[in-house]
Amino acid sequence: MDLRYSASEQVFRGGLRDWLRATLPTLSQPPAADDWPARRSFDAQWQRLLFDAGYAGVDWPIEGGGRGASPIEQLIFKEECERAGAPYVGVNFVGLLHAGPTIIAEGSPEQKERYLAPILRGDEVWCQGFSEPDAGSDLASLRTRALRDGDHYVVTGSKIWTSHAEVADHCELLVRTGEDGHRGITWLIMAMDSPGIEIRPLRTIAGSTEFAELFLEEVRIPVANRVGTEGDGWRVTMVTLSFERGTAFVGDLLESMRLLGSVQQLARRLGLLDDLGLARRIGHLVAALDALWALTKRNVSEAAQTGIPGIGGSVFKLAYSEHAQALGDLALEVLDRAALCGDPLTGPDGLLLGNDAQLHAWFKSISLTIAAGTSQVQRNIVAERILGLPKVR
Amino acid sequence: MEFRLSEDQTELAAGIRAMVAGRLPLERIRRQEGDQVAIGAADWAALGETGVFALTLPQPDGVGLGMADAVVVFEELGRALIPGPLVGTFLAGAAGLVKGAATGVTQVGVHSGGSGPILIEHLASLAGLLILPGYDRRSTARLLVPAPPAEDATRMVSPLCPLTPMWHVASLAAGEPVADVGVRLVRDGSLLTAALQLGHAAEALELAVAYAKERRQFGQPIGSFQAVKHICADMLVRAEVARSAVHAAACLADEPDVVQREAETAGCPPEDLVARAVMGAKLMADEAAIANTRAAIQVHGGMGFTWEVPLHLHLKRARVLATTFGTPAQLAAALGALP
Repeated sequence: MDLRYSASEQVFRGGLRDWLRATLPTLSQPPAADDWPARRSFDAQWQRLLFDAGYAGVDWPIEGGGRGASPIEQLIFKEECERAGAPYVGVNFVGLLHAGPTIIAEGSPEQKERYLAPILRGDEVWCQGFSEPDAGSDLASLRTRALRDGDHYVVTGSKIWTSHAEVADHCELLVRTGEDGHRGITWLIMAMDSPGIEIRPLRTIAGSTEFAELFLEEVRIPVANRVGTEGDGWRVTMVTLSFERGTAFVGDLLESMRLLGSVQQLARRLGLLDDLGLARRIGHLVAALDALWALTKRNVSEAAQTGIPGIGGSVFKLAYSEHAQALGDLALEVLDRAALCGDPLTGPDGLLLGNDAQLHAWFKSISLTIAAGTSQVQRNIVAERILGLPKVR
Repeated sequence: MEFRLSEDQTELAAGIRAMVAGRLPLERIRRQEGDQVAIGAADWAALGETGVFALTLPQPDGVGLGMADAVVVFEELGRALIPGPLVGTFLAGAAGLVKGAATGVTQVGVHSGGSGPILIEHLASLAGLLILPGYDRRSTARLLVPAPPAEDATRMVSPLCPLTPMWHVASLAAGEPVADVGVRLVRDGSLLTAALQLGHAAEALELAVAYAKERRQFGQPIGSFQAVKHICADMLVRAEVARSAVHAAACLADEPDVVQREAETAGCPPEDLVARAVMGAKLMADEAAIANTRAAIQVHGGMGFTWEVPLHLHLKRARVLATTFGTPAQLAAALGALP
């Protein structure tokens, strides 16, 4: 066990830190939350800056055009970006974190040539068409049908929880080409300007329209856009699921730690820390989030040695999502009635109370036990795959 | 950075586990239940010969390892329910405070704060007693050699843990201050106690999972029911999160350069950073131990409530340890009040 960073890791950190310090002040103001075209161009601008500095696809392999950084360097990259207040990956999320790595691993030479560089440069945005209204946790029961017609597939069905669909150029789409279950699924690249696609924004409890539903009516997709072979889409999808090698929640966790610090300061200035019950809840979260930061380092170290983040992903997500919810609730309680609106209000001594960020953290925390595998499904995964309990329901 | 068990540490854990299974198996330990001597001098010496109390002493007297190795060893001792004043003897041995502690010739106890009546564990076996400030670090560490005589104290006839005999002492003498190593003693004592707690949390998980695979009801193993699976999954989460915290805090104890760097990033004094990590680790480990032993009893159903099944011993020991070096409630309050 060793928490010391190597000389080369420290050099990487130092270079990145200098670059962030010089670059972040040149960024334009972030746009309004629901102005998607403006957000797309803002995120593209940031991605282009990363690209020009050699930090685009820091976690992509070199043969895919990425930097081929080690898991430890990926951790450093995410840590430094968060601490410096750099923009999030934003609309480039699906391209950089899933579609791109999938194409690197399973795509044809033509597909790699066509799709990878535009993702790295921030020129093209991807969205994900996996979940369906009747296929959520049970993704393999998806029913969007693709029928072969010469050198095209003709696709009809519907998808849900498609992030950034309104501004996306391509969609990584899972369709059914054969039998029921895992084996009848195929992975396709769908151009979002194809005729027959209807996009309906889906408003979340946070009021945002990040997600959309997709309705597909006889959309024609060239067979050349298939990644992997027909019926092999499930495996193709799973190949990249562990791509992030333990670093998936680094940004979120550090953001939570910062929020906890500010909640604690606010509670102190409001004289609320005399309430031992409240002080204990804060102290408990301090211990829990510190422990999760340690777990992150452990998962990443494991990934650096073995390629897999050990007990990693599910264990981290189960614990983090619940502590993040406790933190969200705590922040609102400390703000008291000031939490009833997102507008900034002033308390005693000109203290700024209540802001959008705390409400957003709260809303987001509620989604954490649902998105990317509900906590119930995660517990099944932990019990069956790690603890080896029998797989009968 | 390589924050995972090294090959040496994996072997160290396996070595201790094998030694304990051969020399101090549970059947042997349980023979001492209710006795005023929880572990005999020969068994204690066997632990000493293995190097358990001299892990961090420099060679040739000691093993020359760090706290990151010591917590790996102590997790195994907790897992195996080894009784006796393990933490106090280690601390006295590592700091060279009591002759024979490092070699397992003598036993040294710890009294680490706590309000209310003064209860001392294993008093009849102690050559010395360390009196340490609790989590708040407000008072200085002191050492009593010899330990207060057991004849002057009242032996408790119904101690919570049958393998942790207790004496009530009316008052403690002042003893000799050990101020120069006081902070280190609290730090390392907290870490080792947290490591013992990890052992209880991990063993409870292992016993629960094994039982859930084997016990059949309604025609299938109870571990196939989601209600039971989810209890077990939560146990793993608690144990692994706590283990990460304990290992990270132990690394900080060994790596002052990392402490320095992280304190700069966090903008706080280095000693506060270590205190926060250590208190947090103890809190997470206490909670994991208590919650996991409770959960394991639940998975075992009625059998879990019997004296025969050793889960109650883990639960009771976990409760004893949770009252040393700060209770979970005290630790959480102290962490909440940190600047």
